[in-house]
Amino acid sequence: MASTIRVRATANGDITEVQALIQHPMDSGFVKDAQGQIIPPHFIQQLTFECNGKSVFVADWGAAVSKDPYVKFSFKGGNRGDDLKISWVDNKGASDTTTAKIQ
Amino acid sequence: MKLQSAIQFASAAVALAALIVIGPSAIAADSIDPAADAKAFQKYFTDKFPRLELKDFVNGPYSMNEDMRRQWQEKEEFPPYEFSLEAGKEMFSTPFRNGKTYADCFPNGGIGIRQDYPYFDGKEGKVVTLELALNRCREANGEAPISYVKDDMAALTAYMAFTSRGKPFDIKIPNDPRALEAFEDGKRYFYTRRGQLNFSCASCHVQNPGERIRAEILAPALGILNAMPIYRSEWGGMGTISRRFVTCNIQTRGVPLEPQSDEYRNLEYYLSYVSNGLPISGPGARP
Repeated sequence: MASTIRVRATANGDITEVQALIQHPMDSGFVKDAQGQIIPPHFIQQLTFECNGKSVFVADWGAAVSKDPYVKFSFKGGNRGDDLKISWVDNKGASDTTTAKIQ
Repeated sequence: MKLQSAIQFASAAVALAALIVIGPSAIAADSIDPAADAKAFQKYFTDKFPRLELKDFVNGPYSMNEDMRRQWQEKEEFPPYEFSLEAGKEMFSTPFRNGKTYADCFPNGGIGIRQDYPYFDGKEGKVVTLELALNRCREANGEAPISYVKDDMAALTAYMAFTSRGKPFDIKIPNDPRALEAFEDGKRYFYTRRGQLNFSCASCHVQNPGERIRAEILAPALGILNAMPIYRSEWGGMGTISRRFVTCNIQTRGVPLEPQSDEYRNLEYYLSYVSNGLPISGPGARP
């Protein structure tokens, strides 16, 4: 299966701008389906961006984040060609990881 | 007596005058002239929004509101339909169990042809939309048809629209009375009020584009299908033209028709034809 993470990182001077889109249902656990049954909670708990082995962005997420979340941030210290590793772990223990080059 | 005959005479004169006035336009309404309709339709919108270029109409509400336009430009850098687009590309290139692919069912291998759909099929005597053609392709190859409203169908049409981006809508109406009737029927559906709220399609998308309906900005009918299928934030996912028609009917508290029923096919035919010349911009993202 294709990666659930789409990422684009561009270095501009000493600032690296990162945009990421993650495919995830992000069910809050408060919504019922068409049959009136609760859809069990299923959401990303931790999202991590690492540049050269060092965490540059760590988010502790909960049920309030929307489906297929989009993240945009920038950090100092990244260089063109560096590896940016993105990973998430959800409340069911599932996870995904991808690595992108800073452009 | 004198007064009464004077009234009779006056009303007869009025009736006669009305007949003369109505006469020529009634004749014009009887003959179906799609080209004139499309011209008048496009002129209505360009007159209503003189600052917009014709091709901007395909961006729907984003062309009408500066704030939303900025949000949309940001969104387009990383569009929410990307996952669906990729899924569609994969589905499109994956062979059926008999070894054939979707490409075998379409001219030019299905690439860059979105602008030619829907078309009028002279043999069947009906309008054939892209969604319908995709399911017919599946059935012809021994596969079960898929839902018209979302997921797989949206992904497939997203990919096919994406390969046709920028190509102007090129809907043809052959010189066949059935084709003209289909066009006229679609037009009738578009302008007929229905549902508890007594709205026609035109009430929102011709009379009030650019205005708010609650928190939403209404899209203009001109170019509305060019951006299909769309990722709607309100839906939290992708939707096809069929889905858009069905939800529009539900929102006016009417009873929706079956996706790809004759009326919807004719409606799509009409709406696409009057947007002829505007570029395909799908898949789109809408709030």
